[in-house]
Amino acid sequence: MNVITCENVWKTFHRRTGQKLFRDHLASWFGGGGGGPHAFHALKGVSFQVADGESVAVIGSNGAGKSTLLSLVTGLTQPDRGSIRIRGRVAALLELGSGFHPDLTGRENIFLNAALLGFTEKQTRGMFDAIVDFSGVKDFIDEPLRTYSSGMGVRLAFSVAVNVDPDVLIVDEVLAVGDQDFQAKCHDRIRNFRRAGKTFLCVSHNKQVLLELCDRAVWLDHGEVVMCGKIEDVLEAYQGRAALPK
Amino acid sequence: MWRGEYRFLLKNLILKDFRVRYRNMSLGVFWSLLNPLIMLGVYTFVFTRIFTTSTPHWAVFILCGMVPFNFFALAWSAGTTSMIDNASLIKRVPVPREIVPITSVLSNCLHLLIQIALLLLVAMLSGITANLTWIWLPVVWILEVIFVCGLALFFAAVNVYVRDTRYVVESATLVLFWLVPIIYDFSMIPPQYRDIYQYNPLAALILAMREILLSARPPSHVLLEKLAAVSLLSFSLGWMVFHRLKNRFYDYL
Repeated sequence: MNVITCENVWKTFHRRTGQKLFRDHLASWFGGGGGGPHAFHALKGVSFQVADGESVAVIGSNGAGKSTLLSLVTGLTQPDRGSIRIRGRVAALLELGSGFHPDLTGRENIFLNAALLGFTEKQTRGMFDAIVDFSGVKDFIDEPLRTYSSGMGVRLAFSVAVNVDPDVLIVDEVLAVGDQDFQAKCHDRIRNFRRAGKTFLCVSHNKQVLLELCDRAVWLDHGEVVMCGKIEDVLEAYQGRAALPK
Repeated sequence: MWRGEYRFLLKNLILKDFRVRYRNMSLGVFWSLLNPLIMLGVYTFVFTRIFTTSTPHWAVFILCGMVPFNFFALAWSAGTTSMIDNASLIKRVPVPREIVPITSVLSNCLHLLIQIALLLLVAMLSGITANLTWIWLPVVWILEVIFVCGLALFFAAVNVYVRDTRYVVESATLVLFWLVPIIYDFSMIPPQYRDIYQYNPLAALILAMREILLSARPPSHVLLEKLAAVSLLSFSLGWMVFHRLKNRFYDYL
């Protein structure tokens, strides 16, 4: 049974988006928009499936479309063509501390972040101590976040997120967080998550992490799937890519 | 996609706005009182020393105009920029997008409640006694909040695509200050312009508040019906436009 199914997914961005003028908007609203000379295709017909309980990595060089793909799977934006189907509850960790505010204390940030991730008040109170213990910043929990060291802030953010108990966990390059001890704790947490039969989709550039946590990999290049298969095979091919003639 | 608890999320977002706004100020919440008090002082000087006014209960009269207008202006402009101010949330967390502009309006309500308390206090100090018509006050206030939520949804969505929108809103607020009976009374408007005023929900609200507080009369049915109709229309229109535009927010933020 597939948990994530992507079929021929296209995603197009417009390069001039930033300073688009009013008349361009009028033209695109009334003229149907699409394409145009400033279109940039981030994903060009990407298809892949993730089965229940599988752990899949998305690899590729910068700008290959990995983060766009994760955003689409998370439901932050819609594909221009093709379809994405998800079964079960998804939790995404696309950037640590999005939603954290430096003027709020650690405690207030935990509550805010938990609410954003979709927890109820009761659940949040229930897991509050576990989050604080996991983060190891107990002594500073009532201090504003701006007084934290950057490592402490990231650890707190990660601690809230790893307490998410979804059916599908999506993680974008945030696994290399904190010191060695903390990383070991995080990897333990993800291994437990996998042992519980949950589905895992991640982006990472760290070979060790990928080999340890993933079964399969999808290799993206310039918005297209180059290769899809066992993690070892794909990583090997990906590393040998420089030798390949373009 | 997002299956959390709306009430819990809304509460935390509003608390965040409130804490962030007041925590680093030494006077904190008193700014919400200080601002209208200073303005009240300035208007009182101008209208009793420079121009002369014979309006009874001058302070209540002017606060009836200022309090709703301040809320309207602040909530409208905060709502308009809310999607851009919270771009990091929109791009990274799949929370329902509607909650962002609505939160920015509701967190201004705390500010509003403080100012309403000030208004009622001033009313009682100047000899107006609390009476049963005051129960209409929450009704007209809730209608205004609904109206502003609709505006915030609409302008927040448009501002994502056309960033100049916030400046249009800022200028419109300045113009509105003079076009809404804040420092003058509805009865001073020449008859040929009155009909236009009647369609302005902000003017209707101020009129209703003056009826309630200064004349101890409940607002007229026609006025309430118009206010309710415009508020609901604004909200549903804002909601529809927001819904229509939200799919591409990610690409434009």
